[in-house]
Order: sequence, then C-alpha cells, then structure tokens
Amino acid sequence: MSILLAFTAAALFGIGTYLVLQRKLSRVIIGVGLIGHGANVLLITAGRRGRSPIIGSSDRDGFADPLPQALALTAIVIAFGVTALLLALAYRSWLLTHDDEIADDLEDRQVARHGHTDAELLDAAAVEHRDPDADTDPDGPPPVAAPGHDDAPTVAPGHDDGGEAAR
Amino acid sequence: MNVLLALPVVLPLLGAGTSILVGRSRRAQRVVGISVLTAVLGVAVAILVEVDRSGPVGSQAGGWPAPMGISLVADRLSALLLVVASAMLLLVLIYAIGQPGAERNHVGFQSVYLVLAGGVSAAFLTGDLFNLFVAIEMMLTASYVLITLGGRLEQVRSGMTYIVISLLASMLFLAALAYTYSATGTVNLAELAVRVPELPAGTRAALAALLLVVFGIKAALFPLYFWLPDSYPTAPSPVTAIFAGLLTKVGVYAIIRTQTLLFEGALPAGLFYGIAAATMVVGVLGAIAQDDVKRILSFNIVGQIGYMVIGIGLFDLAGLAAVIISLVHHIVVKTALFLTEGLIEHHSGSSRLNRLGGMATTAPVIAVLFGVAALALTGIPPLSGFVSKFSLMAAITAQREWWVLAVAILVSLLTLFSMVKIWVGVFWAPPGAAGADGAEVVDAPRGPGSPALMIVPTALLVTATVAIGVFGGPVHDLAERAAAGLLDPTPYLDAVAGR
Repeated sequence: MSILLAFTAAALFGIGTYLVLQRKLSRVIIGVGLIGHGANVLLITAGRRGRSPIIGSSDRDGFADPLPQALALTAIVIAFGVTALLLALAYRSWLLTHDDEIADDLEDRQVARHGHTDAELLDAAAVEHRDPDADTDPDGPPPVAAPGHDDAPTVAPGHDDGGEAAR
Repeated sequence: MNVLLALPVVLPLLGAGTSILVGRSRRAQRVVGISVLTAVLGVAVAILVEVDRSGPVGSQAGGWPAPMGISLVADRLSALLLVVASAMLLLVLIYAIGQPGAERNHVGFQSVYLVLAGGVSAAFLTGDLFNLFVAIEMMLTASYVLITLGGRLEQVRSGMTYIVISLLASMLFLAALAYTYSATGTVNLAELAVRVPELPAGTRAALAALLLVVFGIKAALFPLYFWLPDSYPTAPSPVTAIFAGLLTKVGVYAIIRTQTLLFEGALPAGLFYGIAAATMVVGVLGAIAQDDVKRILSFNIVGQIGYMVIGIGLFDLAGLAAVIISLVHHIVVKTALFLTEGLIEHHSGSSRLNRLGGMATTAPVIAVLFGVAALALTGIPPLSGFVSKFSLMAAITAQREWWVLAVAILVSLLTLFSMVKIWVGVFWAPPGAAGADGAEVVDAPRGPGSPALMIVPTALLVTATVAIGVFGGPVHDLAERAAAGLLDPTPYLDAVAGR
C-alpha cells in the first residue's frame, strides 16, 4: 500500500513538473495543483495506517496516525485558496492579452540586448526605435503590444509592422 | 508574558477582519491599521526587553501541551527581528497612506497588508516546523495579492511567475515536512532537535539540503533567485519596500533556525561559502547591468543575501552575530532605499535612469535620503552597513577563509558602483530626459497624495541606519547574545517544549 502511494506521489510530481514547464497558463496551474496533490499524498504516507482514530472506539495501538492527515488537510485548504487566486489571475491575463501564454520579461530582454553588437540585433534595435511603443510600454494598446514571443535573434512576429520592415 | 507572545499574530488578523468591516471609510481603516501595527511594535519591544533579560519564553496556544498544540516561542533573535519587522511594517504603512496609488485605490490593501504583518510575526515566533509552513503561506498569500494589486498586464505577468515559483517552493516544503515526519515522527522543533541528530548522516544531509532548497527559493539564493528581480519591480513602491525588507529575510531566518537548531554540521561549510559567493557575484553583476532604479535595487537584494549565508557557513559566535546584524541592517536599509525610490518616482514620474536626471538640485531632500541609504548599503562608516560588514569580515578573517573575504570585498565595491550608477543617473545627469525615447511616461501612479507622510517615514529609516552605525557597540552586543542563544539552544528548546 505504501509502495503504491509512493508511486502515485512520484507520478503526480512527474506529471506536474512536466505541466509546469509548459508555456500555457492553464497547464501550469494544473501542474501546480498536481504537485500539490503529490506532496499531500506523500504527507499521508508519512503516517501510520490503521483504524479511524476516534478515542474510545477501540484500543490505541490500531489507530491510524491522525497528525499527517490534519497537516494534509491544512495544506489542501491553503492550496485551494491559492489556486483560486491563480485562476483569477490567469483569467485577468486572458482578458488583457486574449492569450493563455506566459509572457517574457521585456525589461530583461532589453537589458540582454544592450550587451550585443552583432548586426542582426542592431537591426532589431533600429526597428524598435521606429516603433518604440511596441516594446517599452506594456500598457499600450494590447493587440500591438501583446508580448509573449521570443524576439531575440529574429524580429518578433508579435510586432507586426516592425517585423515587416526588418524583412 | 504568555499572552503577549500571541498578540503579534492575533492583533493583525483581528485588525484585518475589522478593516474589511469598516471598508466604507478609508479613514477608519487607517486608524485600525496604524493602531494595530503600533500595538504590535509595542508588544514586540516588550517581548525583546523581557527575553533579553531572562532568556527565551514560550507559550502553548489554547493550553494544549507542546507536541500537540501550537507552540509560540521567542528568543533574542526572533524578538529582535520582530521589533525591526513591526517597525518597518508601521512606517511603510504610513508611507503607503501618503502615496497616491495602492492604498487609496483599493479597499483591500489595508486588510491584506495586516495579514502579511500577521504572517511575518508568526514566522518569527513559531516553534513548530509545520506552523512555519502555515506562517510563510499566510505571508506569501498576502504578498500574492499585494504584488498584483492594480492588475496591470506587467503585474499579472510577473505576479504569475512569482506565485507559481513560491507555490512550488511551498509544495517542496510540504514534501520536506513529510520526509521529516516519517523519519522522526514529529514536526515540533523541540522534539526534532533531539531526534534529528540520531538519524543516519545521509538522511540528515538529505533533509537539510531539501530545506535549504525550499528556504533558498524564499530567500532568493543562487541559483534560485531569478524570480525576484523579475517580479518585485512591478509592484507599487511601498509594497516592493516591504517585500524587499521582510520576505527574503524570513527565508534567511528560516535557514538560520533550521540549520543551527536541527542540522548543525549536516552540510559542509564549503557549500554555504559557494552558494554565498555565487549569490553575491550574480546579484551585484545583475544590478550593474540594469538601467532601472527598481531593478538595480532588486538585484542588490540578491547580492546582499549572500553576505548572510557566509555567516551561516562560518557557524561560530562572531559569524552568527554578523549574520544577525546584517539581517537587521538590510531590513532597514533596503526598506529605506525602496521608499526613496518611491519618492523619486513620485517626483519625476519614472524609475528608468534614462528618463531621470538633475534631481540633486530639484529635489535635494530626496538626494540626501538616497545618498545616506546608499552609502549605508555599501558599508561606509559610520552607517549601519559598516557595522554589519566589519563584523562579518572580522569573522571571516578569524576563520582564515581568504577567498570568501576577497569575494565579499569585491562585491562590496561593485555594490558601491551600482549605487553610484543610480546616483549619477538620477541626481547628476542633465534633467529633462523624460519621455525623450518617445514613450509616454506612465510608470508612477498619479493623484492626490501627501508628500510629508512619504518623506517622514523614509527619513526615520535613514536616521535608523545612522543610529545603528553610531550605536554599533550595543547592537553588536545584542546580536552576540542572540548568536550565543543559537549556538546553545537548550533554553530555546525548553521554552518550545513548555518546560
């Protein structure tokens, strides 16, 4: 039984990790949920198995260990609350971008790009200079500024007019 | 005394509920928030005085005996951090009230902020590994809401990363708890301190490493720091200030507590030196590469955490005392720096270096505040950073870890460089660059505010950094007594167990 639960926990952790590494927010959230279940199953296996631990129902030696179950219950409640918040945020993200993808950190990309001097990247920078709103202003009109594309070497398909000019 | 211990957790939670009840009146909310946090500060000072005089005190919530009930316990380290943390929470709340934006526009700000306060207090006071998990969750859940307050696209994006990373760390923590429980049959710190040393060396090392990873994510250690500079800068500045001051430090506190109390010697000191050196170097190089004030400061948080980890690796009286001083110093200075950053943003409408300039003449008060705080961070005497760095380097020298010393000094210089970069960009560069790159300046929230309420808390914090430096002797003595309590944990364990 313990072995079975251990394998269940391992499978949940594995699948969860795979899903968390995806770019779609919905998958990430499901992945986090699965990892949470894995941790809870692990917590349950940490305690001794037995009959329901109700005082007076039978002798104490046959009781299951109630503490890990209480801990798991607490953890489930916490995970429930945070998952609800996460779903609300994902919905907000969808409202703002009409996309389910996790966006890149634009600021970070800009800093990374400053360090390079090869021609391709200079081109990209020149294009951006012509169309500054697309990259520097995340609050701009969503359809144009929608980030989420890896724009390092080639010019991002998300910046429509800029991309055309570069090609 | 026992009732006092519960108050720093209970009062903010009651305050959070009350704050929602009176949500129609922002004024009533402010009265609740400020009076609750003032009360917590008073209680924290009382606890510190009592604990410093007569040793650690414990309290069993609800009268349930130690392994079953919720144990709260305060020793010199947790009481000291509680005092500093509650002072920060109070000052930043006053600042947030003065700043246009977060606090004014959101009914929930005050109550969520109070939940965060309760979580931080609980994390410092708990005597039980599982309740540490609950306390950290309480604190983090509040921080998830605060960091995405406003719901701008940029905030949602980075908030998502922050939440997912933190949540994964929490799940790992839960797994670590499961392993700890199945190995020892308890999660109470007093019982763990007896049973963990009886475990085989391999099991101990595995548990210690797993907990180090968990708290390393919370404390932003290399290589688990990447979420921090990405997510912190997008929040409103009072929120970033309190995150920078407190959240990572709670992670460091948890590392200190578990590694000293449970896993002494389970992990090699070289591991801590390596992590510390990598954290410092990556943090400071990251800071130098950025050109936004908030991001430079965020990377510097990472760099400075490294200093504290060195002391954990040294694991002697001088080293741990240096860690404790560094903790206090960084909480104060980082909060001060992010509050001044908020002032810069309020004054000029941006935090990007290429849009700022000339503030040495247009805003001399902000220049003075930033200048002192920046010098304190880098460790110029007579400010708080000098006391913290001097005691740390003295401790490293005593153990003859020369390469660690070299890295620490080099990183200090580079930190100074990153601060000078901000100074030149914001205060000395020619003004009028705002909007020069064609983008509309939209970073800072606009609206009615009260600059006096923003400047006074910042000035108090900057004064505190000077005071810590000037009264370095007494502060160091207190830190040394706290470190002695870490090295000889018997009174602490008695307090946890209620003996």
